[in-house]
Amino acid sequence: MKAIQVAQLEIETDTASVPTTVNVRCVGVWTVQGIAPIELRLAALASSDAGKWVIDGSAISALDTAGAWLLHRTMRAVEQRGASVRINGLRPEFNTLLQLIAARAATAEPAAPVKVGLLASIGQQAWRNLLGASGMLAFIGESAIAFLHSLARPQRIRWRPILHNLQTAGFEALPIVGLLSFLMGVVIAYQGADQLQRFGANIFIADLVGLSMLRELSPLLTAIIVAGRSGSAYAAQIGTMKISEEIDALRTIGIGPQELLVQPKILALVIALPLLTVYADVAGVLGGMLMANSMLDISFSVFLDRLEDALSLSSFLTGIIKAPVFAAIIALVGCFQGFQVSGGADSVGRQTTVSVVQSIFLVIVADALFSIIFNWLDL
Amino acid sequence: MSTARKQPQESSAVIDIRALHTRYGKAVVHEDVSLTVQPGEIFSLVGGSGCGKSTLLRAIIMLLQPASGSIRVFGQEVIGLNDEKALPLRRRWGVMFERGALFSSLTVAENVAMVLHEHTQLSASLIDEVVALKIALTGLPADAGAKYPNELSGGMRKRAALARAIALDPELLFLDEPTAGLDPLSASGIDELVKSLRDVLGLTIMMVTHDLDLLWRTADRVAVLDKGHILGIGSMTELSKLDHPLVREYFYGPRGRAAREQAWKKK
Repeated sequence: MKAIQVAQLEIETDTASVPTTVNVRCVGVWTVQGIAPIELRLAALASSDAGKWVIDGSAISALDTAGAWLLHRTMRAVEQRGASVRINGLRPEFNTLLQLIAARAATAEPAAPVKVGLLASIGQQAWRNLLGASGMLAFIGESAIAFLHSLARPQRIRWRPILHNLQTAGFEALPIVGLLSFLMGVVIAYQGADQLQRFGANIFIADLVGLSMLRELSPLLTAIIVAGRSGSAYAAQIGTMKISEEIDALRTIGIGPQELLVQPKILALVIALPLLTVYADVAGVLGGMLMANSMLDISFSVFLDRLEDALSLSSFLTGIIKAPVFAAIIALVGCFQGFQVSGGADSVGRQTTVSVVQSIFLVIVADALFSIIFNWLDL
Repeated sequence: MSTARKQPQESSAVIDIRALHTRYGKAVVHEDVSLTVQPGEIFSLVGGSGCGKSTLLRAIIMLLQPASGSIRVFGQEVIGLNDEKALPLRRRWGVMFERGALFSSLTVAENVAMVLHEHTQLSASLIDEVVALKIALTGLPADAGAKYPNELSGGMRKRAALARAIALDPELLFLDEPTAGLDPLSASGIDELVKSLRDVLGLTIMMVTHDLDLLWRTADRVAVLDKGHILGIGSMTELSKLDHPLVREYFYGPRGRAAREQAWKKK
């Protein structure tokens, strides 16, 4: 019962007659699955210099568009070389298919790949970056205007999404932020203990952990975690909404996307990030304190006494004051990259990545600027 | 019909559904649905929104596991089939999704070519040519191949999705709402396309549609679904004589009447 499942060719060349005649008998299953073995042979055949071709299609048991295309392509190649070609014995339905393919073939041209030169691609990249930067500036401006509008009409502020964002970006981040800052405190104490022990300056472990956590590490660590958690979520959410035209729908209903999507996120994060930072301060110091106890035999009360002397209000505030700025950066970048999405799923992924990379980059740059400013102010 | 491709099988039906029950959680979607689709037939599922048409389609193409019953495609039971065994079956059918479901990161030509690269041993240049042919067959202009799906209009996207569905020259084609969201001109283009695919390539076509014009013009047999039951199966003319309030409303409502008159005039 099993018939031949591939396409085959039987070729006879008659060199006696003038012009030379080639008889080709096509056999078997000329379908997309079956024609692979004869593709090269046909191409080679079409370039031979016989003057007359007779194709016998009576033994073709199945023909689909791919097979018909191969047949059509071969015949056309032969004709272009000036030879005559005739096809016999094809079943009527296969003949109809071949004719349909021939009719459609006129408009079927493989799309030429678009090639971009090196110089052009550098130029395009530069232009895209420039557009991105100016777009970001415009977006910050828009957000500021929307914020001023809201200040003028506080009843328009949407509290529900703000609370929702506080929950997802703030409250739900507590476990991960707490755990990581605790570990950070442990690590710093562990690294510092060794050095301090050498000078007999064990007690200064409280200074080391307290100052480094409060001034630098807590705000930075929290901001980086939140950028990875929430900034990416903002970009993905807004990006997906943009693709499914939900943003356009909002506009037509008369709700500005800034008002519903961007502002609550910025406000919620500006509130949540300082709170998370305080929490991270506590967790980090706790980690350091535990480590000091177990490695340097500094009891909790001694550690806390020393901490009180080591830290001033300003060391706490210099850390906390950065948090709202970091929050604004993360939320703005996340939302902006969300709006930059165009096309499909691919673009959502790309812009989400960009949002995380960019916000962490900007957060660290901002942190460096803060250090310089605090240095000037002698804080 | 290409007779050589037919495999020996117990029944000649391409799709044979018996006593199918489907549930989403506690909600019953299908209750005792049975139908058969014959080779070379254009079979259509109709019914109101939420009646389970698309769910039935998804069950046949193995995107959804029914609760009980039997679905045989080309004589093979598809319920509980593992991916490895399903592959030969999946190569024999093509699916066009309602919203196209074209891969947004690939151009139209790449979308179609992907299927051919995955499942055939053809050379890259022949694949490019076959892809261009498929794109032309669905009535798209040649330059559409180099475009990304989001650069196309809705109608063009549907055609591109159809080009991908017929990439492997399937014997069975599933169309989910092939004309939904199209202007009348594009929609009637799809009518012609569906018919010529069946006539020239000998395809069996199963579609889900609301489009009465499309039904009158192309469907050989139609099944009317309501609340998980089949109210009737038959040609449009037979169904229009059926005495069920819902079916009557469907066919004799203002839209149904216009489409029917149109169809009579054409005949």
